[in-house]
Amino acid sequence: MGECPICAAEIELADDAIAGEIIVCDDCGAELELVSKDPVELAEAPSAEEDWGQ
Amino acid sequence: MKIGLLHSLIRKEEKLLLEAFHAAGVEPVMIDDRKLIMDFDRAPAIDVLVERSINHSRALHALRLFESAGVPCINSHQVAQICGDKLLTTAALKDHGIAQPACRVAFTEESALDAIEELGYPVVLKPAVGSWGRLLSKINDRDAAETVLEHKTVLGSYHHSIFYIQQYVEKKGRDIRSFVVGDDCIAAIYRTSDHWITNTARGAVASKCEVSNEVAEISLAAAAAVGGGIVAVDLFESDDGLLVNEVNYTMEFRNSIDTTGIDIPAVVVDYVIKRARAC
Repeated sequence: MGECPICAAEIELADDAIAGEIIVCDDCGAELELVSKDPVELAEAPSAEEDWGQ
Repeated sequence: MKIGLLHSLIRKEEKLLLEAFHAAGVEPVMIDDRKLIMDFDRAPAIDVLVERSINHSRALHALRLFESAGVPCINSHQVAQICGDKLLTTAALKDHGIAQPACRVAFTEESALDAIEELGYPVVLKPAVGSWGRLLSKINDRDAAETVLEHKTVLGSYHHSIFYIQQYVEKKGRDIRSFVVGDDCIAAIYRTSDHWITNTARGAVASKCEVSNEVAEISLAAAAAVGGGIVAVDLFESDDGLLVNEVNYTMEFRNSIDTTGIDIPAVVVDYVIKRARAC
């Protein structure tokens, strides 16, 4: 279980969640990055950069 | 056998690839490009690297360093370099005689305007390096051309003064994205949108496209032209047949598995494992 750094809602992690994964907060809709699973650490996901994606 | 997976954020695609690796009994060595420190001689102890970085710039440079350190990469630095730059992609396709929209490149505002007038309206101005349909401009007349060129020159970085100008192809609301893994064109989708930009990242809807001989042939030829490996090829259906618009080297496929019925990550992982065993 983690806490949304934006709205402080409780966030339940899936069993197969891994560090680096993007998680969406159900309460505020913020995109979060699971920085660490043990201990659980969530941060606001970085914004899209100019050279992202394909 | 140690397979490295270079990543930054873990998107749906990387999660699906990890599941496919686990199903194949392989635990990849996860390499976060945000924490990576490399010199030119040493790399993490892996037999092969699968590149899945979200940033083109990091992928491009990391691949060169891994190859310098003797690690075979999927895709190779050469493929990333060609696919990551539309100008280089166009040149590679041209070298291999592959059909594509007419294109001009110019380096000044004035010559770009001349090039646009030579191609005829409408045209599409694209950043040579870019993705997800960002900063594309469909230019319908000279007024728009002058405005966009001036804005790009004054407000853009120097990258935006490499004017990549493509003939606008009337694609009737959709394009095709095909998926090539090694020597096989494994699947394809239509990307349909009311907007002239048909990237799924911009809201286009994916639906199944049968892999016809024509789709397979031009997709495989385009993949070979950029150096092969695992790529997604964007195709326009024109009155003159299929045209290659772009080739993507870190393909996104989350919307294409259920749509096509093809387990794309499983096919990718199978290819990677075979390549790793051959190293």
